Amino acid sequence: MKQKQSLKNIVPWSADGHLNRVVKAMPPSGIRKFFDLVSEMEGAISLGVGEPDFVTPWHVREACIYSLESGNTHYTSNKGMPELREVICDSVRSDLGLDYNPSEQILITTGVSEAVDLAFRATLNPGDEAIVPEPCYVAYAPDIVLSGGVARAVPTRLEEEFRLRPEDVSAAVTNKSRVLLLSYPNNPTGAIMTRSDLEELADVVVENDLLVVSDEVYAKLTYSGSHASFAQLEGMQERTVILNGLSKSHAMTGWRIGYALGDPDLVGAMTKIHQYTMLCAPTMAQVAALEAMQKGDEEMVHMRHEYNLRRRMFVSGLNRIGLDCFEPKGAFYAFPSVRSWGLSSEEFAERLLKEQKVAVVPGNVFGQSGEGFLRCSYATSREELIEALDRMEIFLSGL
Amino acid sequence: MNEILEILSENAKATPAEIAALIGRPEAAVASEIQELEDSGVIRKYITLINWEKLDKSYVFAVLELKVALQRKTGYDAVAERIANFSEVESVRLISGDHDLSVTVRGESMKDIAYFVAEKIAPLEGVQSTCTHFILKSYKEHGVFLTDKPKPQRLVITP
Repeated sequence: MKQKQSLKNIVPWSADGHLNRVVKAMPPSGIRKFFDLVSEMEGAISLGVGEPDFVTPWHVREACIYSLESGNTHYTSNKGMPELREVICDSVRSDLGLDYNPSEQILITTGVSEAVDLAFRATLNPGDEAIVPEPCYVAYAPDIVLSGGVARAVPTRLEEEFRLRPEDVSAAVTNKSRVLLLSYPNNPTGAIMTRSDLEELADVVVENDLLVVSDEVYAKLTYSGSHASFAQLEGMQERTVILNGLSKSHAMTGWRIGYALGDPDLVGAMTKIHQYTMLCAPTMAQVAALEAMQKGDEEMVHMRHEYNLRRRMFVSGLNRIGLDCFEPKGAFYAFPSVRSWGLSSEEFAERLLKEQKVAVVPGNVFGQSGEGFLRCSYATSREELIEALDRMEIFLSGL
Repeated sequence: MNEILEILSENAKATPAEIAALIGRPEAAVASEIQELEDSGVIRKYITLINWEKLDKSYVFAVLELKVALQRKTGYDAVAERIANFSEVESVRLISGDHDLSVTVRGESMKDIAYFVAEKIAPLEGVQSTCTHFILKSYKEHGVFLTDKPKPQRLVITP
């Protein structure tokens, strides 16, 4: 009997041929290269970490452990635990003076990252444009592209303390513009937008009928005055979807808890996608988030105070050794300029790492307008910051 | 709370220059405020927190609970200060509850401490009873863990 020949040997398998074109064309994050370099190095001080160095406060961890012991391991409502939604809406009312209905205007997400993704997916049609101020967090543009949209970068500048200017937004607007992304306090620059800075953007937003997606994950880490949200401006609450979470404010990055607040239809659309993809944010993390929102203010204030001490010390240190740095008023990043040292961001960062074992992230990773700058996170111990400054000074003296 | 004291309470080695950089004030102003805090007795001493258990030969510590007769005019103060005078005594505190004074003592051995209590503390006029608790292991002192725990690791670079 003749054996049937298997097609396996004739048609070779290639995963590559099965990949989505958009995903294939997407470049990997520019941070990867540095990650690999630093990982292999002994004794390096990393100022490249975009998360708190504090461990989640014990009472929050303990609440989660107790909840697990009680067998609280089931799904929650798609939107998230009702008590958590309520306590977040209460805190937003007291922080921003804005009312959101906990039953239809808030969605608990798996980290703010998911909320960013959902906001774009729920609002962009193929070819729609989203305006993204740069330098910015690395995920916005890829999320927009994955949603079928087009990311249109708008530069922000040192001369303006990296605040977004209305004329730059106007220049980027086309008849396909649908969304304006705001991300203040900003990663990587540490810039904030005051209420009056935001007021200046309102006209261009309304004229062009834009939806504002406002990532405010660093809101609690504002060191000058209190945080202002675009949604607080008159008539702008409906036009704005606020994205926030507990990662930075309560040192809860690994828990992955974020939330979106906005118009019921918009949050409803985001909830639909969330329902079919994530189902719900992890229950144990939601329980921890509830504890943090209810009883975590004291630690949050303590951590902010510590960041503020380091911020003053580190930024004045950078300026003292010759790395010009404007005063970052939010988040936990300093964004010094290296322009006067005759090296590109990447050359500077690579040599600093190899010669003095200090890891920073080159600014161009966060968009073209970040070229000439370095992102230095001061979410690391005072001792390490002082040591890093010493090493950077030695590095500069050899240039 | 006073920012300078907060910083010094965490790290007695912090110099005026370091503190000035952290709180954004001139170094000279910080130095003179520290001087005032020292002169007025708010800052009593700069000490080092030592984990004696790490050494081959360590000290023995005990907590004494004392019942003390309240004295006319001097209350507990006279007895408390007499006890505090002994160099073996590390701390003396008036406490609420079943006992009146809580005293921490340091000695070379358990026997040392037992004799000290029997010979010096128990016979004191006003001391009605003593109860000695030897400290077997210290987990946390002055807000600092004395147990060695692995430091939670963060990824070296994250966006």
